[in-house]
Amino acid sequence: MADKKKPTPKLDELEKGPWPSFVKEMKLSAETNVAAQDLLGILERSYDEKIGHWKHGGIVGVKGYGGGIIGRYNDIPQDFPEIAEFHTIRVNQPPGWFYSSDALRTLCDIWEKHGSGLTNMHGSTGDIIFLGTKTTELEPIFSKLTEAGFDLGGSGSDMRTPSACCGMARCEWACYDTLAAVYNITMTYQDELHRPAFPYKFKIKMAGCPNDCVASIARADMSIIGTWRDSIQVDKDQVTAYASGPNRDIARDIVGKCPSKCMGWDGKNLTIDDSNCVRCMHCINAMPKALAPGKDRGATILVGSKAPIIEGALLSSVMIPFLKIEPPYDDLKELIQAMWELWAENGKNRERIGEFIQRIGLGNFLEQIGLEPVPEMVSQPRTNPYVFYDIKKG
Amino acid sequence: MATEITTRKTDIGPPHYQKYLPPVIQKNYGKWKFHEILKPGVLLHVAESGDKLYSVRAAAPRLTSTKTIRLFAELADQFCGGYLRYTSRNNIEFLLTDEKQIAPLIERLKKEGYPVGGMGPSITNIVHTQGWVHCHSAASDASGVVKSVMDELFPHFEKMDLPGKLRIAFACCLNMCGAVHCSDIAILAVHRTLPKINKEALPKMCEIPTTVASCPTGAIRPKMVDGKQSVEIIEEQCMYCGNCFTVCPAMTLADAENDGLSIWVGGKVSNARHEPMFSKLAIPFIPNNPPRWPEVVAAVKNIVDVYAKNASKYERMGEWIERIGWPRFFKLTGIEFTKYHIDDFRHAGESYKRSTHLKHTPAEG
Repeated sequence: MADKKKPTPKLDELEKGPWPSFVKEMKLSAETNVAAQDLLGILERSYDEKIGHWKHGGIVGVKGYGGGIIGRYNDIPQDFPEIAEFHTIRVNQPPGWFYSSDALRTLCDIWEKHGSGLTNMHGSTGDIIFLGTKTTELEPIFSKLTEAGFDLGGSGSDMRTPSACCGMARCEWACYDTLAAVYNITMTYQDELHRPAFPYKFKIKMAGCPNDCVASIARADMSIIGTWRDSIQVDKDQVTAYASGPNRDIARDIVGKCPSKCMGWDGKNLTIDDSNCVRCMHCINAMPKALAPGKDRGATILVGSKAPIIEGALLSSVMIPFLKIEPPYDDLKELIQAMWELWAENGKNRERIGEFIQRIGLGNFLEQIGLEPVPEMVSQPRTNPYVFYDIKKG
Repeated sequence: MATEITTRKTDIGPPHYQKYLPPVIQKNYGKWKFHEILKPGVLLHVAESGDKLYSVRAAAPRLTSTKTIRLFAELADQFCGGYLRYTSRNNIEFLLTDEKQIAPLIERLKKEGYPVGGMGPSITNIVHTQGWVHCHSAASDASGVVKSVMDELFPHFEKMDLPGKLRIAFACCLNMCGAVHCSDIAILAVHRTLPKINKEALPKMCEIPTTVASCPTGAIRPKMVDGKQSVEIIEEQCMYCGNCFTVCPAMTLADAENDGLSIWVGGKVSNARHEPMFSKLAIPFIPNNPPRWPEVVAAVKNIVDVYAKNASKYERMGEWIERIGWPRFFKLTGIEFTKYHIDDFRHAGESYKRSTHLKHTPAEG
């Protein structure tokens, strides 16, 4: 291997300190990989010049797929030829990010042979990210990945790789089986995942409870957040045990923090007015042995969150207050397909579904996809009296 | 012509999730009873069957070498039958059933440079974007700032000494691949100068109508330049969002002198107690100062320190600020309030104070 190592005095500073160092990681790969050496070199240049050296995209991919590979080229290839082409590969992660050591080693074998050896575990949407390879390596990598049971994730204007929290695999608060649901939805919509045909990206994230460990309410066009309809389960002995622990103040820390003021504590008994509980999780988070979500479990379906580009950031808003999330997930799929159909037909280029809903109005959106408006969908009714009455429809 | 690849599988999807679940999870799937944090970085889940699962959480850099992944695989083989998972914040978790293996695993992880922690009322891994490492629109480096900030805040990773959870996120431009807009503290890299139009390249690379339509404020207009179709930008209307650059590569934004970082506070995604909230602007701009961005580190540290000292138990950053009010937040942190803190985009007026509910202090003297 021709050695392309260059001095990196600025980056070397970032090998110091207690937090794991990405520079150490880059140098590990650079011991045996010239592309990783050039990546260190170009990054040191960026640290000197305070400017990035990556060019805008470029269309590359594998045969029959429109997504999964992001083209990347640097703007000073004469200085860093080993990373003149340095494309990203998104690999659909196993649901919940569970691995066996053998599965990880298989991925490493493929990536060390055909790429830089650098990864992101994981990317923002949840994929395994293989960071940097040449165009000619794409088909061989794809072939070996599928041979090993892995497939590409999404990119561009497609359904992005759906992701889920660990769910019932390791959490007693999971109000539906997030791993089973995310696997089913991902398999059902392989075509939408691999072949971009939407106005813009569409992300689905599944969280088992309102703690939302996958940030679905902020980061997904469709947020499926577990919740329950019946009463919080209370283990009275464990409530007593909690109360007698050190530095415990149920009145202040549990009842006092309840957002709907639906709890009471008389020093002995904890009372909950479940009809006024907003299923926020605070009391359950604080007393996990004593309290648990109810038994009639499902999810709230919210739609439309996104980062600022273009019209400003949005959080997802309620589309279905409560839905059972059980195989074969027909209700969920009906909703997804109705929304996609309307948005694909009427959405503007690079218009996320949340922005589309804002443009046409939630009321009109509901009418088009066949959902009845319910008060749970708004924080309050409108205050402005400019109503687009449609007296013909009634 | 014969195709090179004879068997070509497509659309097989991800591996089935059951494949990689350890036996204790297979057995107790959906039947967990409760969990507790035994100590920072060590989680115990107890099943209805009485089975116990220990999760040991270690910090991992998001940018990871395959050599380190192989190390994690080896540790999983050695300590927990080869089963592990990653968290949604780029940490690694080893899934153990033998309690006696916890201490030696932690010791080994520390020795290898991957410390254990990041649970409960603490600061865990910063989710972040690519930055100068691999992105075309980055206004800063992501990994470098994150490393520098976490080196400083490291004691809060290993201890659970904060009032509540404190989640930090970093994005290297307004595209926010890291979706930092709902974090307790968000570090957001920003461009502050007009896109530079490459008049030679633009007619060849960009569709004029798409480029004009991409601007959310209508600042881009078609214009003939040197006899070729191009665009012009109305300077006063540009807010440096970079959306035009995304559709037209010939309008670059990077500016070594004027790019830098902004800091936002008080967002959250969890529904616990308060509803999810957006992060709000605390510091509009700090210049890029690689390799260790000391000004950014100091600014974040200051906000964390003031929060740690003043917030009550369980309160997230945004809940604390809402209780004390923004004027007091700016006073306590010593951060200057400027005209840039006042929104001027869509629905800006919703953030204006529309009541007399203000906390006054008596005149001095």
